[in-house]
Amino acid sequence: MRNLLPVLTVLAVLLLVWYGAAIRMNSQWTHDQAARAGEEVSFGALVADTLSQERPKLPAPHQVAAEIWKTTAELRPTSRRSLVYHGWVTLSATLVGFGIGTLAGIALAVGIVHNRAMDLGVMPWAIASQTIPILAIAPMIIVVLNSMGISGLIPKSIIAAYLSFFPVAVGMVKGLRAPDQMQLDLMKTYNAGGAETFRKLRLPSSMPYLFASLKVAIAAALVGTIVAELPSGATRGLGARLLSGSYYGQTVQIWSALFAAAALAAALVGIVGALERGVLKRMGMAR
Amino acid sequence: MTLVHVALVLAVWLGLWWLNTRLAAQARTRWLVPVLFGVTLLLIWELAVRLFGVSPVILPAPTAIWARITSSAPILWTDFVQTIVKGALTGYLLGCGAAGLTAIAIDRSPFLQRGLLPVGNFVAALPIVGIAPILVMWFGFDWQSKAAVVVVMVFFPVLVNTVAGLQAADAMQRDLMRTYGASYRQTLLKLRLPAAMPFVFNGLKIATTLALIGAIVAEFFGSPIKGMGFRISTEVGRLGLDMVWAEIAVAAVTGSAFYGLVSLIEKGVTFWHPSQRG
Repeated sequence: MRNLLPVLTVLAVLLLVWYGAAIRMNSQWTHDQAARAGEEVSFGALVADTLSQERPKLPAPHQVAAEIWKTTAELRPTSRRSLVYHGWVTLSATLVGFGIGTLAGIALAVGIVHNRAMDLGVMPWAIASQTIPILAIAPMIIVVLNSMGISGLIPKSIIAAYLSFFPVAVGMVKGLRAPDQMQLDLMKTYNAGGAETFRKLRLPSSMPYLFASLKVAIAAALVGTIVAELPSGATRGLGARLLSGSYYGQTVQIWSALFAAAALAAALVGIVGALERGVLKRMGMAR
Repeated sequence: MTLVHVALVLAVWLGLWWLNTRLAAQARTRWLVPVLFGVTLLLIWELAVRLFGVSPVILPAPTAIWARITSSAPILWTDFVQTIVKGALTGYLLGCGAAGLTAIAIDRSPFLQRGLLPVGNFVAALPIVGIAPILVMWFGFDWQSKAAVVVVMVFFPVLVNTVAGLQAADAMQRDLMRTYGASYRQTLLKLRLPAAMPFVFNGLKIATTLALIGAIVAEFFGSPIKGMGFRISTEVGRLGLDMVWAEIAVAAVTGSAFYGLVSLIEKGVTFWHPSQRG
């Protein structure tokens, strides 16, 4: 708890800077309006106006908060303007993609650990695959799948899975190789076979590595889903909210979608973290 | 017919796989394994596209993509300069520089460290790509807004890693510096920064791919009529998939080269670290 005061101070400073920047960046518009009407603006009027414009260059924090409240609590969750609705569209694709990516990553890691040809052949290409910017792939995957008659959740999840498989694979390879020679030798003296060594030694000792990767992977899956929603001309999801807000200059909408995405990411990482603590505690590995 | 084709593709795959396991068993030929794996993928791709008559609108063959790369090299070069050299590279240098300086400032003040670091850790996990539309509105359509997106995206990973790295020198080494009567500046330059380098490079390597992604994503929110993101989104609309794949190939090669370059510098700078030995 001794971190609380510094964190709160930093947040307060950030908020203050934000308000200051909002007044500064939006003042241009206020001055223009006043000049057109042939009036002088007092400082009080300037502050009041810059913090309550409909399409500000930088919306003030309370405007964003009001928009979030309006679009989450006051609208029905099924409404097309509700952030809960758009958040759910994004979340479902993220979770499906995260699931696929995690399974693929673990499978790849098991293969890499047990097969030398896979280790030598696949790993460099798995690394190279991460240098391809996903966005280069996103529109194409969506167009290709669309032409095969698949649209909606699956294409977005594939991109999310593509982003999340790599951290899982790398972490899992490291984890499965974590048992040292002494422990492996002990298993051998117990006359344990390959499958048994895997189940009783390698798999349990990989858990801390796996969870560390899962936290990275779920955040990456969310980014992938949001990015996948951009080029597809989708009208649903947080990414689509960002894009339509950018087309129509609805800055408050962009910021509220951004904060919803941030909250979603934080919640997802938090859930995986809680799972991690629970599992490691049950296994007697909690630090 | 189709059955024969499937069998043929499978036979090629299995044959090359068998060759690969043979190569992997011998130390002398081991470097061939990843090369052969890549060749296998390309070969299967080409075979599948030709044998099953896949429409070029869905998946163009590698040879078709190569033909497109060679025939439209000038366009690819303009896009490369616009997106990678101007957008990504400028943003990368500015962002990493700013993050390094901030990390040292944080390191000097324990209060900032306890306050800013949790916030930085939190921000690093957020989908920062989403700020692209905002920054495009602020900085205009040209490469400046793309560089700004890249700056924000690479800032936090590098910051978090550098701060962690500055803690890496252990108490014994710091005490030794104190017994030498070294000032903060000397300790920083001669002990803490060198000790931090493995962490710093970890952040820098993560940032290479982020920089590319940021620059390309930002172009979806508005760009002049050049740039890789612009080209991809317009060519997808015109079903020019071979051009899209050509851009992807350029992006992949550049990304790998960028990553490889940073790794090479890392190898030179942190030659003393255990992970670089053996």
